Amino acid sequence: MENLLEIRHMRKAFDELGVLRDISLTVKKGEVVSIIGPSGSGKSTLLRCAALLENMDGGSLSYLGQTVCRPEGDAAGDSIYVPKKELRKFHRCFGLVFQNFNLFPHYSVLKNIVDAPVRVAGIPKKEAEETARSLLAQLGLEDKADAYPCQLSGGQQQRVSIARALALKPEILFFDEPTSALDPELTGEVLKVIRQLAKEHMTMIIVTHEMSFAREVSDRIIFMEEGLIQEEGTPEELFHSSKERVQEFIGKLAAS
Amino acid sequence: MDLGTILLQLGSGLIVSVEIFFLTLLFSLPLGLIVAFGRMSRNGIVRTVTKVYISVMRGTPLMLQLIVVYFGPYYLFGLRISATYRFIAVIIGFAINYAAYFAEIYRSGIESMPKGQYEAAKVLGYGRMQTFFLIILPQVIKRILPSVTNEIITLVKDTSLAFVIAVAEMFTVAKQIAAAQTTVVPLMIAGAYYYVFNLLVALAMERIEKHYRYYEM
Repeated sequence: MENLLEIRHMRKAFDELGVLRDISLTVKKGEVVSIIGPSGSGKSTLLRCAALLENMDGGSLSYLGQTVCRPEGDAAGDSIYVPKKELRKFHRCFGLVFQNFNLFPHYSVLKNIVDAPVRVAGIPKKEAEETARSLLAQLGLEDKADAYPCQLSGGQQQRVSIARALALKPEILFFDEPTSALDPELTGEVLKVIRQLAKEHMTMIIVTHEMSFAREVSDRIIFMEEGLIQEEGTPEELFHSSKERVQEFIGKLAAS
Repeated sequence: MDLGTILLQLGSGLIVSVEIFFLTLLFSLPLGLIVAFGRMSRNGIVRTVTKVYISVMRGTPLMLQLIVVYFGPYYLFGLRISATYRFIAVIIGFAINYAAYFAEIYRSGIESMPKGQYEAAKVLGYGRMQTFFLIILPQVIKRILPSVTNEIITLVKDTSLAFVIAVAEMFTVAKQIAAAQTTVVPLMIAGAYYYVFNLLVALAMERIEKHYRYYEM
């Protein structure tokens, strides 16, 4: 199967502080990859670089074999991005679901979902609305189309933001701790949606602290710490890792 | 002079005040947005220039600014001042002064917007202009309405400063009648006119605020 996302030797530092030190990661179509690890290990930064919210300092990034940035000189050289105009087309490749939803509060639920497809992707309004309504129905929110984000619970808002991302038909969906701002009850309804997407073979990278969920839903789990991938494998391999640090981390989260 | 005549004469002055009021808003509200962009610019020179501009506009009396705008062309360039320039000078003076205040209000609103709104827009593929005008600005307007209302109410009363370059707005007229007739009645009536004017302004702003109450941030 083809490589949907390919990251090689990704480096990123904030104010001299190395957040990502040397990350290589390949995601194939239909794969579900979870990234776990302690706070400050660089998980979110990795997603933000892949979603073009941050520019990486070194290494390469490509979607579907098309280069977003490539290193200058050798493989670990400073990243050189393609021109801005070309960069914009890559926004169609991925969607990102944020920890705190970031819905547009002045737009109704329906407009939140429809606006980008219409304005950015040039999809006819009627078609976009049909897609949006069927997405809402899928996510159990058909009666909320005309509501405003402030009238929804956190779990509902997060489901709307998933619908908003899906409406653009991305190749891959990134989740940046999608349930960390939710209480356990609401967490369940969001995880259910992601589980459903996994069943439909949506390609996803999920940064999460929900261990049992990651174990259940992922094809592959990555354990990150100090800006490096410390361990990588199937859920079974990772949960039975011989590395003490991995065991310690998983044990701690499972116990809490 | 009977009361009817006084009311009528003040009324014609009021029209001039209302003209100054609306024309000032018409020019200073958009100009303020441009100044706010300059104030937040990544270019250090642009930022410093706008900072000095705002500082001077807020730090010196509006009355003095009106005098400078009106007499400046003559003293600086020896240009003859035409009769129509009097009113234009008032509008220029008010607009550049109020733009400075509005710019700082816009800036406070724009800087208070959470970063996540920009990021969500970027990931969805909105361009920079689309992000600002579709996503950010509507929310900024809701946030800054109370401060803008304050500023607009001050503007109603500030229109009386146009007397300094002898534009016959309401307060100028009231003072002339008061001096000629040795009575304070015209001044009291002018006060009542200003009050009613502001009452209408406050009501209008309240309606606009209500309009934006359909969502919370």
